[in-house]
Amino acid sequence: MEPREFPQIEQQLAPVFERHGREANQLLQILREVQEIFHFIPPAAITCIAAHLGVPRTRVEGVAGFYSFLSLKPVGEYRILFSDNITDQMQGNPELMRYFCHKLWLEPGKVSEDSLLSVDSTSCTGMCDQGPAALVNGWPLTNLDHERLDLIAELIRGRKPVCDWPPRLFEVKDNIRRSGTLLGEPFAPGAAIKATLARGSAATLLEMEASGLRGRGGAGFSVARKWSMCRASPGEQHYMVCNADEGEPGTFKDRVLLNSYADLVCEGMTVGARIIGATKGFLYLRGEYRYLLNKLEQVLARRRAAGLLGRNILGETGFDFDIEIHLGAGAYICGEESALIESLEGKRGRPRNRPPFPVTHGYLDQPTVVDNVETLACAARIAAQGGEWFAAMGTAQSSGSKILSIAGDCARPGIYEYPFGVTLHEILDDCGAEDSYAVQVSGPSGILVSSKEFGRCISFEDLPTAGAFTVFKRGRDLLQIVQNFAHFFAHESCGFCTPCRVGTQLQKKIVDKIANDHGTVSDLEELKQLGHIMQTMSHCGLGHTAPNPVLDMLKKFPDAYQHKLKDLAFEPAFDLDGALETARNITGRDDTWAHLP
Amino acid sequence: MNEKRKIRLATCSLAGCFGCHMSLLDIDEKLFDLLGMIEFDRTPFTDIKHCGPCDIGIVEGGVSNAENVHVLKEFRKHCKVLVAIGACAITGGVPALRNNIDLWDCFQEVYLYEGGLEGNQIPNDPELPLPFDKVYPVYEVVKVDYFLPGCPPSADTIWKFLTDLIEGREPKLDYEMLRYD
Amino acid sequence: MGAPAMSKTITIDGKNVPFQDGQTIMNAALAAGVYIPHLCHNPQFEPHGSCKLCVVSVNGRNMTSCTMPAAEDMVVANNTPELNSDRKALVQMLFVEGNHICPACEASGNCQLQAAAYYLNMLSPHYTHFYQPRAVDASHPDIFLDLNRCILCELCVRASREVDGKNVFGISGRGIGTRLVVNAASGRLGDTNFAATDKAAHVCPTGTILIKRQGYKIPIGQRTFDHKKISEVQMEPMEPDHE
Ligand SMILES: Cc1cc2nc3c(=O)[nH]c(=O)nc-3n(C[C@H](O)[C@H](O)[C@H](O)COP(=O)(O)O)c2cc1C
Ligand code: SF4
Ligand code: SF4
Ligand code: SF4
Ligand code: FES
Repeated sequence: MEPREFPQIEQQLAPVFERHGREANQLLQILREVQEIFHFIPPAAITCIAAHLGVPRTRVEGVAGFYSFLSLKPVGEYRILFSDNITDQMQGNPELMRYFCHKLWLEPGKVSEDSLLSVDSTSCTGMCDQGPAALVNGWPLTNLDHERLDLIAELIRGRKPVCDWPPRLFEVKDNIRRSGTLLGEPFAPGAAIKATLARGSAATLLEMEASGLRGRGGAGFSVARKWSMCRASPGEQHYMVCNADEGEPGTFKDRVLLNSYADLVCEGMTVGARIIGATKGFLYLRGEYRYLLNKLEQVLARRRAAGLLGRNILGETGFDFDIEIHLGAGAYICGEESALIESLEGKRGRPRNRPPFPVTHGYLDQPTVVDNVETLACAARIAAQGGEWFAAMGTAQSSGSKILSIAGDCARPGIYEYPFGVTLHEILDDCGAEDSYAVQVSGPSGILVSSKEFGRCISFEDLPTAGAFTVFKRGRDLLQIVQNFAHFFAHESCGFCTPCRVGTQLQKKIVDKIANDHGTVSDLEELKQLGHIMQTMSHCGLGHTAPNPVLDMLKKFPDAYQHKLKDLAFEPAFDLDGALETARNITGRDDTWAHLP
Repeated sequence: MNEKRKIRLATCSLAGCFGCHMSLLDIDEKLFDLLGMIEFDRTPFTDIKHCGPCDIGIVEGGVSNAENVHVLKEFRKHCKVLVAIGACAITGGVPALRNNIDLWDCFQEVYLYEGGLEGNQIPNDPELPLPFDKVYPVYEVVKVDYFLPGCPPSADTIWKFLTDLIEGREPKLDYEMLRYD
Repeated sequence: MGAPAMSKTITIDGKNVPFQDGQTIMNAALAAGVYIPHLCHNPQFEPHGSCKLCVVSVNGRNMTSCTMPAAEDMVVANNTPELNSDRKALVQMLFVEGNHICPACEASGNCQLQAAAYYLNMLSPHYTHFYQPRAVDASHPDIFLDLNRCILCELCVRASREVDGKNVFGISGRGIGTRLVVNAASGRLGDTNFAATDKAAHVCPTGTILIKRQGYKIPIGQRTFDHKKISEVQMEPMEPDHE
């Protein structure tokens, strides 16, 4: 492609700078807009942004190179990213992508000659209950099939702006199949704040304590403890952050909470802010959910108008709190709380060294609480209705309910709310899953559960989960599933630490080798050793959990790979004959000596 | 005690420079001691063309072309213990410097450009070993039992390693014997 | 120096090691003459924590010793066969990730990656090589930048930022595509204000940043790690700057 010149770059960027100001924290938000304007981040823009923000060029290039949705090389005016989550894959996305590329004479990963279009894949877009899914210039396409792709091809050929495409292409349903107290009961905006003000912060913290609420984002840390630690930490400012990164493949419950229960979530943040003493909050919205941005902004505006956000909330002098939405740009690691904070600061999403923890040194080094969307929704309910009511649900160590995002081989994929303690049998019955073989609980970083274990229950004591519940029926190729997960981790490793940066790649290579019928018993040993290194030497949770699917398969599903293994003790690490292909093409040879068995 | 059966040893050089072999010869008068303990099968020192059943096979050089694979597999098949010796066998070594260069560019440079060989034509003779797109270490093609790094390993190192191996000890290198250059 | 009696101690492999509040396990160990393998740590700069060679077991839990503050009652296991074997695996990962052809590298004999591999008795890189094409940048009049050997320790990044005040280096990309970048629109070192006298030109633990016209100046036999293990060299009062 011709190198393009950008003589007018400063004028072109002026309105973007105008919107975002000169704080380096705004870097990622600025880069998102630059990507939209130019369909990549031109070197000239990097120089210009660096000068505008007064940061080194390397800082801008570093961020531009980190996030999947930003690119340092041009992509198409229309950029279509097919979701490559395992459920999208089972629903036929690989075939659909080939179909689409074939139709438009395009190769995945390449840009069309006229710069009009590029097609690629992306990590789970959170539409598992209505896939196959994709993103076009960041907007979600659901329920893809040939008919829809034909239409999309027409629209692109006709250069119709994405905002004028038929709305049915972008329809996203909530698919709430089962609601409990969190999703089912009415909630009057303001109720939780009123109750908090009436009761006082300390007393509300006691209610949180009594509720036994634990974080819903995965780690299950006590909310009362986190909030009181932050409350007790000295700082110039305290911050309340809502983690809406929802990057774990197979998880989509936060999408639904933000779409239909945003008041509950904002209210949870506001209550938390009151308790920890924050005046500023952030909602970190994953880039894949930017379609929710306008709606969420409207909710915030409505709440400001109703006196539920802004200065002197509900007339309480000095109770000031407002929420700013920050968009991510395609990076699973930014769900990890300290990476999320880095990203909020406009940096690469690289997990910090801990200690110190965010509750004492978070956003801009100030005391910060990061909580999951669902956690905050629960907190709002507890603030309004008290802790005991909440603690009455669930099990001893897991009070309340849990929202599951159910997808895969079942008749009724969607959102299910259960009290903790529900068994997998019950869930599978409810969602219409028949002849189930395995369930991936909590996504690739979670636990692969075999049918023998379907009597186990969802709870912190037994099967903790951040919400994903992906069902596989008998006959599914489990090795292919694990391969998908291995690719996911290799793609999403942030690259900071050796064991994960290199280990996830090596793991991917070996799983591929086995899937391609070249694996041996020694490769299984290799996988175990790699798993051990990643689990014990990595810097953060991504590396610690990256080997989980592989190790679970090795332990519980020998049938998935045994038949694939060669009888030999050893097989070459690479495809010998394939490695001769280039030379065969160059020399035009095809004799026996130009091949290897 | 009965006369001990001599250990049968084969060596070869794949994509290497014979430096490791030269270093082996550098053990000088100890060669006689060595010959008391071993007998050679296929090596560049003998004229045996194919490797027969052996106790120890020593491979120098990386795997750069199809012929290397045939030789290497023959060694693996016939040798009870396979040793990769030298940087090239263990990491690809200096020949692997070409791994950053596109194979097509290599061919063009060698055969097509001004001053190239063969009358400006890329040869397609089946007699010529067909190169891989990259040079690979030996252990990525066959299972390797022992590694003896160095470029080349010094004569003393080779001697220490071989005597350990022949006398049935787990080979162990002192700090100053373990070198990658 | 007659240090004031430091009451607080941890134990490392059974040895009592005193520490001051805020001091990391690594720095306490270094001060007490206990070697913990490390590549991305250099006491002259802010801790980083990326190579993970320095991971130790603290009361049974693995922790990164170069970033973890020491605390009383820490019982640290460091020089154990298990940890050293895991560390060797990490070094092997670094070898296959980059393109390390030691016989053709000016840093050979003075390279900390190589020396750590010697120390951990690495006989082969074990894993499948990546053979990723990486750039060699010779645009600077006095310095080579050969990214084939970069282990992303960010020592140059830190030195340029913290000591030289220049920010010549940074990190871009992600995952296995993570790479060192320089502060120039052209991407060339020659177009930055980097100087051979900068601190950042002398901190690279590998042969990535090399001063031109100095190659192979030190004869074999006299190089840093020819006779001394990295565990001895790095315990000397000041880490030698890389020449
Ligand atoms: C790799 C990784 C990804 C994560 N992704 C998310 C996420 O998308 N959403 C989330 O709420 N928590 C995520 N977490 C957990 C957060 O680090 C943190 O524990 C959570 O936001 C705390 O909120 P909670 O206490 O309300 O659960 C992730 C953790 C790791 C290690
Ligand atoms: S474990 Fe992976 S994601 Fe976490 S810091 Fe290390 S490289 Fe990054
Ligand atoms: S940088 Fe070190 S390990 Fe890499 S090639 Fe050079 S000497 Fe060898
Ligand atoms: S160039 Fe050297 S100092 Fe800089 S990151 Fe790479 S290995 Fe570290
Ligand atoms: S020395 Fe501690 S992680 Fe590198």
